[in-house]
Amino acid sequence: MVLTDVVNNPERAGGGRERDLIASVQGGQSELFYELVRPYERRVYAAALAILRNEQDAEDAAQEAMLKAFANIRQFRAEARFSTWLIQITVNEALMRRRRERTVVMEGIDNRHGRGEEETEYAPRDFADWREIPSEALERKEVRQRLAEALATLDQKYRQVFMLRDMEHLNIQETAEALGISAASVKTRLLRARLMLRDLLAAGWEQGWFSRLPFEKGNKPW
Amino acid sequence: MVESIRHCEDMWREISNYIDGEVEPGLRSAMEEHFHSCKRCASVLVGTRNVVKLYGDERMLEVPAGFSRRLEKRLAQDVVGSARGWSSCSAWLVPVAAMVLIAGAVMLTNSLTFRNLIKSQHALPANNIPPDLVVVVSDGSRLFHVPGCEFIRDKASERKMTAKEAIHDGYVPCTRCLRQYLKTGLTHHGPQVAEVDDADGDEAKEEFLSTAGH
Repeated sequence: MVLTDVVNNPERAGGGRERDLIASVQGGQSELFYELVRPYERRVYAAALAILRNEQDAEDAAQEAMLKAFANIRQFRAEARFSTWLIQITVNEALMRRRRERTVVMEGIDNRHGRGEEETEYAPRDFADWREIPSEALERKEVRQRLAEALATLDQKYRQVFMLRDMEHLNIQETAEALGISAASVKTRLLRARLMLRDLLAAGWEQGWFSRLPFEKGNKPW
Repeated sequence: MVESIRHCEDMWREISNYIDGEVEPGLRSAMEEHFHSCKRCASVLVGTRNVVKLYGDERMLEVPAGFSRRLEKRLAQDVVGSARGWSSCSAWLVPVAAMVLIAGAVMLTNSLTFRNLIKSQHALPANNIPPDLVVVVSDGSRLFHVPGCEFIRDKASERKMTAKEAIHDGYVPCTRCLRQYLKTGLTHHGPQVAEVDDADGDEAKEEFLSTAGH
């Protein structure tokens, strides 16, 4: 198993250990719960942030989701992925908080606006010379910051799908279930989110976001 | 499904599915052929792949400083704390439950005793009555009395018989005139008032039953 598997998929890295931990917590060893959820704390936080867009709210929702997961741990069945179950609880918690904060009216307006957009196809705007971007670019905080800013500009419904699918690595069906939308809608929104981010980052290139990256002059990473 | 790519728009529509490996083999081949010949679509493909790769990196999921510590603390408080609370609760719950059971048993015993106390004396056996004692019964009552008892109802219908016969026929002794023969335990405990009230109640009941035609 390679290192990236351990980082991106802790379940694959320690499935047996995780199963043991789940059984132990279900059996009453609550002190092991943090050890069980620790590998997913980033993903839980990110899932909450995808919906709430506010760091403090996301942290509160993440903590609350963890507590709800503990309260319902006996209902977890082994046929499901623990991470997916955990993230679905988080998404539900975040959505509930958002509704509670009465932003639902604004969201409704966004959604009405977005539904029209979704029906029309999104055409990429930038067709510069391309190159695969090295993952080392993420070592730089500035790059991560720029990527986060670009993501934050997406409409809520695209950002949610993109974060759950491409950052949380849920599959299409799991993303659909978590958000209560159809698989077809997930695919449509995902395509649009990816293409929009590509254009946003291409524009960022023009602004010098990646000026210190080792690309050949005149070439963009996309 | 589009199997031959006529326009770049056909490519863009499927490019996300292509990256996810969710296009049919025929379409995949057609798209790959197009990528080789179309620089624009190749740019879109690699740019989109970069987006998926960069954002899918764990390093993009940054959490605020101190997040892990605060989460661990919260869980320690609310999860382990509650479990410990339950645990300590369960530790004293057992003796408390035992005490409740004991108290319940005592109350049950007392209630049974009390039930005996308030139980009608007419329902008690008249074991100590001499079987050959001459007693009187009358219509409209299930009691038997010593002759001349002032509580005999419908004296015109009174009949004499032995106590043994009366008991055999389902009559029960009058608590007034045959009190001395009743072995209720009531006199040992001494709630005389209850005894009188109870007897009055039975008389009232007898009255009611006779009025109702029973």
